[in-house]
Formats: sequence, structure tokens, C-alpha cells
Amino acid sequence: MPDNLFFTELQGLRVFDVKGRQIGRIRDAAVVPLVDPIRVDRYLVGGGWAWLTIRHDQVQTISLKGIFLRDEKLTPYHRDEYMLRLGRDLLDQQIIDVHGRKVVRVTDITFDIQRSNSHDELRLVEVDVGVRSIFRRLAQGVLPIGFVRRAMMRIPPNSIPWEFCNIVEADPQRRLRLNISHTMLEKMHPADLADIVEELSAEDREAIFETIDNEVAADTLSEVEPEIQMRILESLDTEKAADIIGEMSPHEAADLLGELEESASEEILEEMDTAPKGEVRELLEFEEDTAGGMMNTEYISLHENATVADAMEALKGNEELLENLNTLFLIGPGEKFVASVPLARLFSAAGAALLRDLKSEPARCVTVDEKQDRVTELFDKYNLLTLPVVDDAGKLSGVITVDDIISVLRQK
Amino acid sequence: MKLLKQFRYHIAVFFSVIGPGFITAVVDNDAGGIFTYSQAGAKYGYLSLWTLIPITVLLIVAQEMCSRMGAVTGKGLSDLIREEFGLRTTFMMMAALVLANLTNVMANFAGIASSLELFHVSKYISVPIGAFLVWILVVKGTYQSVEKVFLYACSIFLCYIVSGILVKPDWKEAAIYSVIPTMRYDPGYITMLIGMVGTSVAPWMQFFLQAAVVEKGITAKEYAESRIEVVVGCIVMSVIAFFIIVACAGAIWSVAPRDIKDSTDAALGLRPFGEYAYLLFCAGLLNASLFAACIQPLSTAYTVCEGLGFESGINKRFSEAPIFYWLFTLLIVIGAGVVLLPNFPLVRMILFSQVLNGILLPFVLIYMIRLINKKELMREWTASRTYNIVAWVSVVVMIVLTAFLVVLSLRELFG
Repeated sequence: MPDNLFFTELQGLRVFDVKGRQIGRIRDAAVVPLVDPIRVDRYLVGGGWAWLTIRHDQVQTISLKGIFLRDEKLTPYHRDEYMLRLGRDLLDQQIIDVHGRKVVRVTDITFDIQRSNSHDELRLVEVDVGVRSIFRRLAQGVLPIGFVRRAMMRIPPNSIPWEFCNIVEADPQRRLRLNISHTMLEKMHPADLADIVEELSAEDREAIFETIDNEVAADTLSEVEPEIQMRILESLDTEKAADIIGEMSPHEAADLLGELEESASEEILEEMDTAPKGEVRELLEFEEDTAGGMMNTEYISLHENATVADAMEALKGNEELLENLNTLFLIGPGEKFVASVPLARLFSAAGAALLRDLKSEPARCVTVDEKQDRVTELFDKYNLLTLPVVDDAGKLSGVITVDDIISVLRQK
Repeated sequence: MKLLKQFRYHIAVFFSVIGPGFITAVVDNDAGGIFTYSQAGAKYGYLSLWTLIPITVLLIVAQEMCSRMGAVTGKGLSDLIREEFGLRTTFMMMAALVLANLTNVMANFAGIASSLELFHVSKYISVPIGAFLVWILVVKGTYQSVEKVFLYACSIFLCYIVSGILVKPDWKEAAIYSVIPTMRYDPGYITMLIGMVGTSVAPWMQFFLQAAVVEKGITAKEYAESRIEVVVGCIVMSVIAFFIIVACAGAIWSVAPRDIKDSTDAALGLRPFGEYAYLLFCAGLLNASLFAACIQPLSTAYTVCEGLGFESGINKRFSEAPIFYWLFTLLIVIGAGVVLLPNFPLVRMILFSQVLNGILLPFVLIYMIRLINKKELMREWTASRTYNIVAWVSVVVMIVLTAFLVVLSLRELFG
């Protein structure tokens, strides 16, 4: 006897009472995730019009011959919100394969038959996708079971372990009742999650963004195609949208809000925390295709008389910027831009050395209203990694980094 | 001021949703469609023009349902059928769809071959090049770039309008017969009317349209604009059909009513009315065939993969979505290949395709109506009662007419 069973085989399996008389056939099965996430808790059996519920502990044995009961006091089936009905809610639906990082459609479900002395139980093992399971489902009931089982072995399997399956449920109440969380998604790389989100329907997308951690949501949202970004933001409630945008860098936030309709972006800005709001608002003022629109405000600037030791101190205070930082900026009175200092030069200098002795020559910068094309040209011509942006008075207002340039070029 | 702003917003949204409905409706005039309309014009002159109005209505009803489902659910039609009606149903439909579309593709490659033969290009050159172009466009393109190419291709359909005008048909008569339904109890005439309806609503279009709406990311919010786009698209399709009929009526029927062998025969009939009318008609045919030969394999591959749960999408690489690309490639290779076979029974294949389309269509339409009435799926966007009545009437009309067409095609196939 095989110790696994497929949902296609389970559906339609005959059910016998304690005396061995057939009382009906299995119509569906359900898991109650709050009690046990992998055990089949209920079997729904239908003889005539109404369906009856078999609890897992009422079953004696399960095999391809049928399900034999040890307790035949069955209760009528009523709709139960706590049940994940496998046939209705899982079969043929889309789920996220967290490990394979894609959206898949469930064709069949594989159970393990756990045989203990007292009774048999079914446990969810895998979700089947691909050709083998399609063949199985098409052949089920048309060809003999034994034959189907042998024939399908010729087709390569394609299954996803149940622990990597993430069900997407749009209804928040049901999500709670079924104990569905999207925490597994948070462990994925934001870029992968973004690809997945793009494939889902608007409703499911919204469901994911509503439940995952704001920081992950922000990272993911930045990776999503601009068109879809807007749709997601519009679909979320303002408060949640503001929370997610608050997690982004002011530059990214401004880019995103700039794409929205003015009234919508204003509403979101209102909801945001005060700290990033001001910066975002300032950045929003600039035209998209100028240096001001391209720049971000994540940079470290020091006084023109600062030393290497001061710089080290400043770096320690800005841990979150370090990953992508390659240049420091020196400013004079009135925050006027004076010079750029490549970060690597700090290592060859003593602690007391003045930063201005390490600066790049000549000091290059652009004004906020410089055209985008001109900026990319400068990056290309002088092989720049960063380019400071100043306002009309020469005050340092932001910085354009090479990854901004790449985004611009890719959009063309 | 506010009104103007609102208006501008709606116009902007309209242009952002343009694409799916337009392309679908226009591709409807593929090689098979053009032949049917040319035949109608050549043999019965302006008599059949009135059918274009009911055809437009039927087309709008069918297309509107799909684009609405796409916008509201964000899922393709084959996805929805799979989710609501199970794998077996989906598989049967997909199998029939692949067969029907394969024959459609053959017809369109035959259209490419015959239109270029008029320009003295051998089909052994034109068909492989055409097939390669179609393949490369889709495999190497992205959805946005492909859609742009398609929209340009739509504009080439204007050829038919110009060539219709160049022929100088009898406009007064054309106008009269466009609004006055004329029946004739002549089996040939009735067959032709049924054929016109049959070619205008094809199963693959429903799948394509809904998938395109989803791919474009149109949501329920922009649905109002999307609906306008669908309606405009359907009207444009009918206008083009009108000019094809009128051109053939003016050029062939008014000289001597006759049966035409194929679309190129119709083009040759236009020749005495000026080289341009003739050239434009040929160019239109070439464009329509190429265009449909692009879209049909693509839409089939999409639909099948979505329904059966394989990776799909032209934004994926070959290794990521092998079944999608193989299906697409095979449809083109076989579709183009058979045209090159000497003595291939192409006419029989096209009749066979009509039979398959006709058998498939009722199922597709009935599933569509059932889906659009599901509250948990469509929420507040389910069809209203009046709408349902209109939809059911249209569907029944389409089913009855296609059933007739199936019977007629079967008789011709085996009789």
C-alpha cells in the first residue's frame, strides 16, 4: 500500500461506516490551520444533498480502497470560516512559492498517510504543479488508479514542499482565522518579491502590502515597476501608504509621490511623520528631469576645516548610509559647497590631516536646475561616482549618485 | 476650470488604457475576416452592409464582458475558468483553442503568402521571413514595445478606407443598405450572413482581450475609460469591414457579381479602378495577416500556459517559461510550414477551424456570463439585470448562428 495519497485520489474516495457499508464519497477535505497547519482535520462527505463532516479522529484507516470509520456519528457540514478547504480554497488557485520565488497554480496536493496503531491521518506534504499532476488529474477516474500511478512516474515531478507555500488571502478577517501570515515573504529579496507582486492581481497585491513589515514593503515597492507602484499606492489606505513611504529615502519617496496626482500625494504627505516630510516636500518641488529631481539627500557633509578624525566620527554617526557611501563633502559658511573628498583617501591619511588636503580637483558640482541629459553626460565624461548638487546661492542641497544615473538610462 | 481638469484627466486615462480593446477588435479583421467581407461585397454588393450594426453590438457585448472581468479581477479568462470550473474543463477548452488557433494561424500565413505573391514575391521567401519576423518581435520584445508595434499596425488598416474611397462606390446605396435590413431567401446569402457573424466573434479574442487588459494593469477604477476604448475599437473594426465590403461592391459586384476565390482575387478585381486602390488593398491584407499571425500564436500560448499553470509572459526568458515559448514557436512553425507544403488542403483546414471555433464559442460565452455574475469575483461590478438580458440574447444569437455555420462547414467538409 502506498503511504501517500493525492488530493485527486482523495476526492471521490468511498467512505465506509463501522459495519463496512458505504455511506458516501469524499467531496473535499479541510485543514484547520489554527489547530494544526498540516493535518487534514475534516473530511467532507456527500451522499445525497447535504454534506457531512468527518473529524480526523473518527477515521480508522485510509487507503486507495476507501476511508473506513471507527466512529460514525457524523455532523452536518456548515460553513466554517476556520477551515482551509483544500478543494475549494487551494486547488486550482495561485499561491506563492517562496523558495522558488514565483507564483504557481496548484494542480494537486500530496498527502502523507500517517499510520499509527489507533487510526490513520493525512498530512499535507507538497503542492504539485506541472505536467505530472496535470496528467494525474486528467486521467483520474478515466483510467484505473494503479495505471495512472505507474504511468505518471515517467513524467518528471514538480512539487513545492508545503512549508514553502504561501497562500495569498485578500480578506483580512479570513487571513486571521486561517492563520495566514506573509512573514515568509519578508525574508525574500525585495526584488524577487517585487517580481511576484507584479504577477498577482490588484487585490492580492494590496493584501500583501497591507500585511508585510513597512520596511520590507518600502524596499519592495521601490523595486516594482513605476506603473504598478502607483496602482499599489492608490489602493492602500493613506495611513499605510504614508508609513511605507516614510521608510523610504526622501529621494525615492519624492520620486514616487511625484508620479501620483497632486491631491493624493498631498494626503499621503499629511499623514507622514514630520522628520522626512520636510525633505520630501522640498525634493518634490524640483522638475523630474533636472538635477534637483534626480538628487537624493543622503550624504555626509563636514566643515571645510574638519580633520580625518572628524570624518571618522561623522561616519560612525551615520551607520545607515555607509553601505553605498563613497564621497564626503566639505561645506563653508552658509553651507556653501567647497569640495568633495573620496572616502578611500581617508585611509591613507593620518587622523590629524585636514580633509581639504585630500579633496578631488577640480571641485565639480551642478545646480539644481541642470538638465538631466547634461548630468548623465558629466558622469560619463569624468567617470563620476557622485556629483554634488547646489542651489542658486551655491548651498549644497543634494547629491546624485551613479545608481540614479543607471535608473535614468534604463528608463530610456 | 475644475471640469476642464477632470476632462483632461479622463482623456489622459483614456490614452493610458488604449491598446487592448483596440488591438483585439482590429485584429478581428484577419485574413479570414477580409475574405468573408470581400466575398460579401463581390457577390451581393451593398446588400449585407446592415449586418455590421448588429455585429458591432454583439462584439461590444462580448468584448465588454472580458475587459470588465480583466479589470476587476486582474486575472485572465483562462485563469478564471480554471479557478472556478476546474482543470478538466480548462484543459478541454485549451486543447480546442490550440487546434482552432493553429488553423487560424495557417490561414493568416496563407494570407501573407498570397498578398506578397501579388508583388511577385515567392511564398517560399515571404512565409519564412514573415514567420521569423513574428517570432523575433515577440521573443525579443517587451509588452510595451510589442503593443506599440501593434498599435502602428492598427493604423495601417486605414489602407482599406482609402482603397474603398478610391474605388468610388455608390455611396448613396451604401448608406441606404447600411441601415435597412435586407433579407433574401437565397441559401448563399444566408450562409454568407452567418459567416460574417461567425468570423467576427472568435473565442481566441476573448482570451486575448482579457489577458491584454490584465497585462496592461487596467483596474476597476479606470474601467469606464477602458469600456470606451473597447466600444471605439469595435466600431473601428466595423468601419474597416464596411469599407472592404464597399470596395468590393464598387469594384466587382457593380461590374459583374461573382464568387471570389480568395482575398487576392478581390484585390485584382480592384485593379481596373486604379493601381493605388489595388496596392492599398494588398498592403492591407498583408498587414492584417502579419498582425494576426503575431497575435494569435502569442495569445494562444499565453492563454494555455495561464490556464494550466505554466510560466508565461514575454517579459520572461526562454529558460524561465519554456512551455510558453515552445508552444508559441510551434504554432508559428507549423502554421507557416503547412502553407509551404504543395497540395496542402488549406481551404478544408479553414473550414475545420470554423467548425472548431464554432464549437468552442458557446462554451466560452456561457462561462463568461457565469463568471461575470459571480458576486465573490466581481463584487459591485457584476452584470445588472438588463445587461444580463442583453448579454444572454446576444450569446444565444451568436450560438445559434455559429451552430448554423458549423453545420454548413461540416456539410462542405464532408458533403
